[in-house]
Amino acid sequence: MSGRALAAIISAGLSKFGKLEGLYSREIFLSAAKEAFDRCPNLNPKKDIKSLFIGQMSESSEHQGHTGALIADWLGLNPTPSVRLESACASSGAALRAGIQAIMSGLVETVMVGGVEKLTHLSTSDATEYLALSSDNFLEQWHGFTFPALFALIARAHMHKYKTREEQLAAVAVKNHKNGSKNPKAHIQKEITIEQALNSRIIASPLRLFDCSLISDGASCLILTRPELAKRYTDEPVYIVGTGQASDTIGLYEREDLTSLNSIALAAREAYRMADVGPDDLDVVEVHDCFTIAEIVSYEMLGLCGKGEGGTFIESGQTEIDGKIPVNTSGGLKSKGHPVGATGTAQVYEIYLQLTGQAGKRQVEGAEIGLTQNLGGHGSTSIVHIFKRNI
Amino acid sequence: MEEIAFLRDERGEIYPTIENFYKFCGMGKLMAVRCSRCGRLILPPRPMCPECYSTDLGWVQLSGRGRLETYSEVYVPPKNFASKSPYVIGIVRLVEGVALPGQIVVDRGEKAEVGMELSVDFESAPAEGWPQWPRYFFRPVDRK
Repeated sequence: MSGRALAAIISAGLSKFGKLEGLYSREIFLSAAKEAFDRCPNLNPKKDIKSLFIGQMSESSEHQGHTGALIADWLGLNPTPSVRLESACASSGAALRAGIQAIMSGLVETVMVGGVEKLTHLSTSDATEYLALSSDNFLEQWHGFTFPALFALIARAHMHKYKTREEQLAAVAVKNHKNGSKNPKAHIQKEITIEQALNSRIIASPLRLFDCSLISDGASCLILTRPELAKRYTDEPVYIVGTGQASDTIGLYEREDLTSLNSIALAAREAYRMADVGPDDLDVVEVHDCFTIAEIVSYEMLGLCGKGEGGTFIESGQTEIDGKIPVNTSGGLKSKGHPVGATGTAQVYEIYLQLTGQAGKRQVEGAEIGLTQNLGGHGSTSIVHIFKRNI
Repeated sequence: MEEIAFLRDERGEIYPTIENFYKFCGMGKLMAVRCSRCGRLILPPRPMCPECYSTDLGWVQLSGRGRLETYSEVYVPPKNFASKSPYVIGIVRLVEGVALPGQIVVDRGEKAEVGMELSVDFESAPAEGWPQWPRYFFRPVDRK
């Protein structure tokens, strides 16, 4: 099955990311869906969409459960089957995989997958606690471990073992803000300097404010169909040619190597093999930069550079938009924002724009092959997908 | 000392659960379980060995000594820890080979360092909220 299309993306939508005051998940999701419907006039949503898979980390922030049914209702898609999937920050990556599996099973032809999260109405301490839910409650949260602190432990271990420096972490933030300044849907569309990043306040040492992604509201969605039906709907589908997912321990402390996120490497290996693609073939990549250290470790786990070389790799400029392998052209979670449940399919939205030449000022010329890497928690879940413009 | 009521299995053995692990902490003991079939040391205790699926597990007391593998000083804490901020957390590799996350209590002016030798100590259980478990923590060895 190597190199074969598993499914095709025929449309995609993304809400504005940011502090969307007065708007809640159901309404935010509609703006992403509206874009996807408008982009694909040949699609008749009520007739063609046979199933919905919606990622959302937690219903508790809005005191609203049953998100699958809620979204189907508000999209006017009843009685289409609809479920919510939860895999922490990889919830919509998981929704995408579920959609692919549904299509490949032969049960349905066309599905909508996506994700949504509303976070900015919470206080910082409530949001901090809410995001920490994806770590081990009884061993990590119980002892005051926050999410930034868990990634700080990875950063410290990486700095100790590989001499990675704070300036290299900051360089990730500077690059992603530069890219996000070109993205009209990004939460913060502003460039930052390395001095700003290095002088920002410490959240959990060695991580500073500018090492952390943003707490945002937002939604994203994709319409998928069987590859052979794609051209019925659009002249420019994007094909999904690889999918990989792996789990790792719920507690960071149980890992042998604290400088790695092994689940990324395992998910990538599966996706690369399925797609018959290697790291050198990639034209554009979106990685899960929930913290700057996560982008550096992702480079290594995806094989974009060698183990321990992530710090020097960011400094080499190769992951800039005009570099050898552009990473996070959207601005990433750092600048575009991180409405956790929406992030997985929002990464795919960016690759969809890039491979169909619609990425505007941040377009990577002639991009043919893309990859997304979506992380749940501190790597307890990893999901990797690979995309091709032509089959 | 007040009698501690452990959850026990049908044979009357102390069940290998997280809550029982913390109940041992309340007695000043850091305990793991060892799988009788494959010999794996399991920390925190689990009711079933993840390696060989045996449920024949026996409690063993750990030395509580280890080295700091990595750490962070937390400046933005969750609500329950607001009064302690900033505080140091870390992952401690115990001499038995297994690791635990926990708070690292250092003196004012003293710095945590990767590789530093630590030993375990215990807090008393919180009086309210859920769960009411006594926390273990670590401090540098030479300060004890």
